[in-house]
Amino acid sequence: MGSTISRYALFGLALAMTAGVAANAVADEKKNWGAYQVEDRRSGYTYAAPETQAMQDDNFQNPGMLWAEIGEELWNKVDGKAGKSCASCHNDPESMKGVAVSYPKYVAEKKNLENLEQRINRCRTDNMKAKEWKYESKELLGMTVFVRHQSLGMPVNVKVDGEAAPYFEKGKAFYNERRGQLDMACKHCHEDFPGMRLRANVLSEGQGNGFPVYRLKWNGVGSLHRRFRGCNKQVRSTPYGYGSDEYLALELYVMWRGRGLPVETPAVRN
Amino acid sequence: MSKKYTTPFVAAVAGGAVLALAAVCAQPVSAGTVEVAAMTEMKDPLTKQPGDAAKGKGIFSNRKLGNCLACHALEAMKEQPFHGEVGPPLDGVGSNYSVAELRLRVVDPKALNPDTIMPAFYRAEGLNRVLKKFDGKSILDAQQVEDLLAYLATLKE
Ligand code: HEC
Ligand code: HEC
Repeated sequence: MGSTISRYALFGLALAMTAGVAANAVADEKKNWGAYQVEDRRSGYTYAAPETQAMQDDNFQNPGMLWAEIGEELWNKVDGKAGKSCASCHNDPESMKGVAVSYPKYVAEKKNLENLEQRINRCRTDNMKAKEWKYESKELLGMTVFVRHQSLGMPVNVKVDGEAAPYFEKGKAFYNERRGQLDMACKHCHEDFPGMRLRANVLSEGQGNGFPVYRLKWNGVGSLHRRFRGCNKQVRSTPYGYGSDEYLALELYVMWRGRGLPVETPAVRN
Repeated sequence: MSKKYTTPFVAAVAGGAVLALAAVCAQPVSAGTVEVAAMTEMKDPLTKQPGDAAKGKGIFSNRKLGNCLACHALEAMKEQPFHGEVGPPLDGVGSNYSVAELRLRVVDPKALNPDTIMPAFYRAEGLNRVLKKFDGKSILDAQQVEDLLAYLATLKE
């Protein structure tokens, strides 16, 4: 994302600094990131430390795979008054291949967006007559990881036109709106400065393609909405709730920003 | 490293309740095709008590206060790990800018660049969805800003 450079040039700021930034960015762009880069969009993987990448690359080392295993076990587990499991309706988990790439999506009967977590819960309440799983519970994270993992490597492909258009616009506005005592928008970090160090962290483009991710800092797996909450709190802004309309719209916009990037769930990040 | 802003760009200075008043706004000048009011400095100190550079140094590096190192590198603090790269290095800012110019840059950098990532350190109003615990407060108080400026002034090249 070359915007940083042009912006600086525009303002005629400290030339020495601009040159430094440009040199870094060019060195970075020359690298071949394979599937982790689509046009000018790069997965968080490409900004991660080599040890973190290695951890993600090896399924046996990737601690996020423990959550996939939780999901796999639950897939066949009968739960709820209807006496069904996921497998009763969907058979093999392979039937979920390609499903995750289009979430969140507009659902006419809800007249709203729905993300994968909520879709899973709708199956539980409507089809299984079972209780919803709570956001960030090991069950909901486990099943979300498991279902997304079936689409591993497939390109993110959310629909942002038609019924989804107003949500997309809302998410985009959210993304670009300053908030919190530090008065920053998502774009300030993830569009203007990817690749730059912010104290000990290297900023990435803030893509959602690896979620739910295993975060070393969390010592566990967390959802995209958990990440949104963390980023909001970091600028000293009141976060929105898990599954809130605001975050759903944001999720749609974020997934669109990463269109074409491969599903990496469970990605490993620090 | 750093240079003065050469173009007096920008600043249809929005908001910034605490600050705009005190700033020195020169005559409107033309930048490109747009007429803008150039605001390059803020002359009046925020407090009567002069700034204390030693305290300012602490404020600069403290993650809960200035946290300036999050974005700026500074040779004089090389004993501290992890300097940011988001903003220009601040070595020599005390030579490159007057205290009045620095004051504006710390109090409200948006006066110079409306799209900047750098927070306004002395602004308490007109902010969006601030966490309760910080609501109605600026990141630094007036004395902390003056202390910080006293420290920045010591960063000579
Ligand atoms: C009683 C039947 C039934 C049960 C049990 C059930 N589902 Fe579904 N599920 C459906 C139907 C019907 C659809 C809508 C048609 C479709 O898209 O496959 C659906 C759709 C889905 C989709 C969306 C597929 C898409 O293309 O968008 C996901 C994901 C899903 N189910 C996951 C689960 C999970 C995970 C469980 C268990 C926690 C589960 N389902 C339990 C019937 C069921
Ligand atoms: C989140 C990032 C961020 C933080 C935190 C930050 N700055 Fe900045 N700062 C920048 C950026 C980016 C610029 C470049 C100009 C612009 O964008 O307005 C800048 C510019 C400056 C300049 C002008 C430098 C020059 O050479 O032109 C000064 C002085 C400055 N900052 C001081 C500070 C001080 C002091 C603190 C802490 C109290 C601080 N900054 C905190 C991002 C930051």
